[in-house]
Amino acid sequence: MKITIETVEHVANLARLYLSEEEKAEMANTLSSILDYMDKLNELDTTDVPPTAHIIPLKNVFREDVVKESLPREEALKNAPEKERGFFKVPRIIED
Amino acid sequence: MNLSKLTIHEAHELLSKREISSEELTKAVLDRIDKVEEDIKAFLTVDKERALEISKKVDKEGDFSSPLAGIPVAIKDNICTKDLKTTCASKILANFVPPYDATVCEKLKSEKAVIIGKTNMDEFAMGSSTENSGFFATRNPWDVDRVPGGSSGGSAAAVAADECIFALGSDTGGSIRQPASYCGVVGLKPTYGRVSRYGLVAYASSLDQIGPITKDVTDCAMVLNAIAGWDERDSTSVNLPVPDFTKSLVEDVKGMKMGLPKEYLGEGIEPEVREAVLSAAGVFENLGACVEEISLPHTEYALWAYYIIAPAEASSNLARYDGIRYGVRAIDYDDLIDLYKKTRSEGFGREVKRRIMLGTYALSSGYYDAYYLKAQKVRTLVKADFDKAFEKYDVIIAPTAPTPAFRIGEKTGDPLKMYMSDVCTIPVNMAGLPAISIPCGFSGGLPIGLQIIGKPFDEATIIRAAYTFERATDFHTKKPAL
Repeated sequence: MKITIETVEHVANLARLYLSEEEKAEMANTLSSILDYMDKLNELDTTDVPPTAHIIPLKNVFREDVVKESLPREEALKNAPEKERGFFKVPRIIED
Repeated sequence: MNLSKLTIHEAHELLSKREISSEELTKAVLDRIDKVEEDIKAFLTVDKERALEISKKVDKEGDFSSPLAGIPVAIKDNICTKDLKTTCASKILANFVPPYDATVCEKLKSEKAVIIGKTNMDEFAMGSSTENSGFFATRNPWDVDRVPGGSSGGSAAAVAADECIFALGSDTGGSIRQPASYCGVVGLKPTYGRVSRYGLVAYASSLDQIGPITKDVTDCAMVLNAIAGWDERDSTSVNLPVPDFTKSLVEDVKGMKMGLPKEYLGEGIEPEVREAVLSAAGVFENLGACVEEISLPHTEYALWAYYIIAPAEASSNLARYDGIRYGVRAIDYDDLIDLYKKTRSEGFGREVKRRIMLGTYALSSGYYDAYYLKAQKVRTLVKADFDKAFEKYDVIIAPTAPTPAFRIGEKTGDPLKMYMSDVCTIPVNMAGLPAISIPCGFSGGLPIGLQIIGKPFDEATIIRAAYTFERATDFHTKKPAL
């Protein structure tokens, strides 16, 4: 499978990454060769094989809805790059 | 006596008899770090002052009933430690100080273990050599021109170099076992669900598992006792009784049925590694085990399915690093999307970006069925291979890695070569099984690891087999000349 620079740009946008021209070229090459190996999987007929997303049969896990102590606001904000008046600070996203 | 060389059980005996104090032991380990760390570079953070303070407190309380009381431990830097920097060896988390402990750290603290620092790793556990650390590469104590393996390379190197008494690592595709093999120490990946992942920074959630890296099998059982068990904060941890694993420290493999899969001894496996594993099989046979060749036909496919599934899960898990709630934020940006993109592009290293791209591609519209769904179906086949083998065999023995430790820089230019160094460990994660790596030989002065794979939640049997092998051989007593 040949990955084009356009595909790399599309996927980088989905992944919220900027790539330099050099990185894009490297990524197109590497992803192409990795995906060539992945094509080996097509040697296997898996028509009737169910997928395994998780090795343990997972069910919803419920607990009692009881009030417990939570992380204090100060602690939760401790690692924030920018904060203001007890909130995480982000750039404006709603136009005037 | 150099106290830093002690195992947990040796140190515990001396501590219990008050022949040494935890402070002396902790100081000995910190001195050892001062002496060799310049060559090894196993640690991202050494928490000297606090470790000494805690060791003094443990001495003062004087309760050494827990085998881990007063014992210095190193923690891989993707496991959250309250008020102690946890970076995942990534620039994007360079300043992250967790406000809480991972469950395993809570448990170690309640056993009064002394956390001495955080170990280096491949960024977000993505790699097989610890060269992908966002900060610096760790070196193999047996040969400082070689890699310690990865991604838990700092933890394995620290144990091998006596810079701690034991360590914790995490294993998504071999990240405990492969570095344990390269560094000549014992590393166990427990069954998926045996140990809580709460507070382990997620890489590939359906594969990640925390486990011990220790100097011998006895220590391994002791640490697993301390960290195993159901946790309501990890919905994938399993609520099964946890046996006392030290009860499995028994020299007896008589009648044990062991499968030796031919796919793990074929092309790409170095002759010295094959010979060491075959002679280990001979040791088991002499001790009364029954070893037979078996086939796990989907072994090779497991590797490629893994490199779809793990990056796919990673691309989703790593979406959280956006520069908003924690971590490093880019300085100049035009708007929110620009902030995300700049923060992530500056913060992530090359391999992390590669896996995010690979995973995003595999999950993107039009390719999901061809790659992700296909890989999940192959995962079913990989698991079925093991299920079938375990109908007849108690354990499976195999090499941990196809070669001993490779040279620094040898594989950094070719990600595919690097990925293939995980070929013997990945199938185990895909099937969620427990497996241990123990030293079983040397090639040109470099350790070789034997992998013993068990049935789900049957760590007890692999510990018994590993202990029996260890008692019959002396590979685990060898130390690197540092």
